[in-house]
Amino acid sequence: MNSVLIRGGRVLDPSEGRDETADILVEDGIIRAIGGDIAGSGGEMIDARGLVVCPGFIDLHVHLREPGREDKETIATGTRAAAAGGFTSICPMPNTEPVIDSASGVNHVLALAARDGVVRVLPTAAVTVGQRGEDIAEFGDLANAGAVAFSDDGRPVADPGIMRRALEYTSMLGRPVFNHAELPALVGDGVIHEGVVSARIGLKGIPAAAETACVARDVEIAAETGGHLHIQHVSTGRACQIIAEAKSRGVNVTAEACPHHLVLTEEAVANFSTLARVSPPLRSAADREAIRAALRDGVIDCVATDHAPHTDIEKDQPFDQAPPGMIGLDFAFALLFTELVDTDLLPLEVLIQRMTSDPAHVLGIGAGTLCIGAPADITILDLEGETRVIPEAIHSRSKNTPFLGRTLRGAVAHTLVGGRLVFSRGEIVVDRETARAR
Amino acid sequence: MASSPTSQREAKVRPKPVAGFAHRHLLDLDVLSREDIERILHDAAGFKDVFTRTVKKLPTLRGKTVVNLFFENSTRTRTSFELAAKRLSADVLNFAVSTSSVAKGESLLDTVRTIRALGADVIVMRHGSAGTPHLLAERLPNLSIINAGDGCHAHPTQGLLDMFTILEKRERIEGLQVVILGDILHSRVARSNIWGLRTMGAKVRVVGPKTLIPRGIEAMGVEVCHDLREGLQDADVINILRIQRERMTQNFFPSIREYTLLYGLTEERLRQWAKPDALVMHPGPINRGIEIGQAVADGPQSTIEEQVTNGVAVRMAVLYLLCGGSE
Repeated sequence: MNSVLIRGGRVLDPSEGRDETADILVEDGIIRAIGGDIAGSGGEMIDARGLVVCPGFIDLHVHLREPGREDKETIATGTRAAAAGGFTSICPMPNTEPVIDSASGVNHVLALAARDGVVRVLPTAAVTVGQRGEDIAEFGDLANAGAVAFSDDGRPVADPGIMRRALEYTSMLGRPVFNHAELPALVGDGVIHEGVVSARIGLKGIPAAAETACVARDVEIAAETGGHLHIQHVSTGRACQIIAEAKSRGVNVTAEACPHHLVLTEEAVANFSTLARVSPPLRSAADREAIRAALRDGVIDCVATDHAPHTDIEKDQPFDQAPPGMIGLDFAFALLFTELVDTDLLPLEVLIQRMTSDPAHVLGIGAGTLCIGAPADITILDLEGETRVIPEAIHSRSKNTPFLGRTLRGAVAHTLVGGRLVFSRGEIVVDRETARAR
Repeated sequence: MASSPTSQREAKVRPKPVAGFAHRHLLDLDVLSREDIERILHDAAGFKDVFTRTVKKLPTLRGKTVVNLFFENSTRTRTSFELAAKRLSADVLNFAVSTSSVAKGESLLDTVRTIRALGADVIVMRHGSAGTPHLLAERLPNLSIINAGDGCHAHPTQGLLDMFTILEKRERIEGLQVVILGDILHSRVARSNIWGLRTMGAKVRVVGPKTLIPRGIEAMGVEVCHDLREGLQDADVINILRIQRERMTQNFFPSIREYTLLYGLTEERLRQWAKPDALVMHPGPINRGIEIGQAVADGPQSTIEEQVTNGVAVRMAVLYLLCGGSE
């Protein structure tokens, strides 16, 4: 029997309402006991005194780029970045090359994850064939193969008729449709938020209505079809209001917010930094405050990184030619801990809930919990530690983040997936062992 | 990060700005102080005096290489910079994009690295994407970059030459009411004028259809007006922007005909609605009979041709101040 004893940590599990100093005993990858002074059974021991022990983080929105753009990221490097960031389950988006729109595509991702990955990979599949927005994908076959949700992320579902059929059909499968809610006709050739900065510097603007009109449209369709609609990367305050109103009517809608929208504003692109170009764009300070409040109040269910690796070559271009997106897996917790928790804007337990049990509920899976009998996906945090955002410390293959150079408060000390230590004190355990074996 | 060995080597050939003018690049007017702008306009007046001599040439930039790197078509701005550099005795290279390696897939930064390796001291750059000169200035810091227009962002030498022209005609800028008329949304000329004029203490009003005036422009300290008659009131200067047919097909306005009906500055409107001595400016090229009436363009209040002449003087001053310091 394989056992791990996590000794003396502050066990913080929002799913169980637990916040106490305790030991956790893991046997054969399952949480067997939580309590004071558990006797070890002679297995591995992790000293968690002074540390916070919580369920492993779940990220509903990442781009692992494999297959097709292995120069930006692979399942190997992306899952390592996840482990370093305390994420034990991640949902890669299907906008790879080729698009994941068939069961064989899902199987391929799962096979790569089993071979190269160090955390759990829960694949998503396209809403429409080739993400072309024309024909709905084989949702049933995709779900059976293991797709946990459907998304045309990167290319919004533009046609409301497609959205209607997708929400209707997937509702019988119990799988959500994740929408990148932006109406392409209102995005136009915009590249940043339409507001004071776009007026000043002449980069083309994307009006807030590109998002809010799409969210309003989609919640109405969700209400009528009963499908589960999940709004990706909410960027506007008004979208939060629409989602809150829909939830109050009992519409099956959930939503996520990204660290960059919670931390930055349109001013981050005022110097034309392509690292801060992201889709949807960084918006006004008022939008940011509204998203923060919505995350605190639960209108926005969870944090998702929208980890979007791009090469230096692609980012070293004129602003409107550089692709949108930034990485986030490696340091999402430290960033939000520094910017929201350490500044008393968000309680620690709420942040952890939004990164653990809440995203698990969006997927309807029994993860994000430390209850007895659950798989031992566990993240151990050092709140006194610090995280330096420097290229050498980033496990993602790409380094495209506007937070480069920041030293953040809080660090992920250890990450366990299914009771196996995958990340520990700055290192990916399996890589360290491989290096030693050489 | 990766550029440290190269930057040490390049440090030796770094252009040297003139004492008292602490800028290596001219990317936009937003970073220039009132003193900086006054210095440029003052020096431009000195260079303009040279134009009346029989030998219109100074040795100031002898041995320097100025490269005109234009990714967008432009005859007037490119020619103006070329003449300015030649009158200062610089070597001038015109980098024609159609024959460049850009068409072969070379990245922008690599194109500019190549030009730098050829020995350029100053790059005068026009590009269709806003912020591109900033990218070069940041990544290739040992060149002087002059922005000759980047997307809808900035065209600082146009802003300066417009101010120079106003100053010549009115002997002051502070307190004047300047109207910028037309497509503000897509205009780098408008944005650079706004920065410069606000810094110099002028009042600025932008006039045009709501679709062509960016939301949030008030934050730049300007007044917004959608009615031409109302907008022309009290104007000391009317700076008319070129209207592009392309914007009509994008539904920013219904038709050229309607644009002219609502916003065309005809002689009658100028006489009836504006002050009798209001200056009429236009950065060119003009659409006669569309945004500006024939008689207005050729009339006594028009400064259109003088703006072109002044452009050379202002660009000489900018080239001199950025890299004219003798070594």
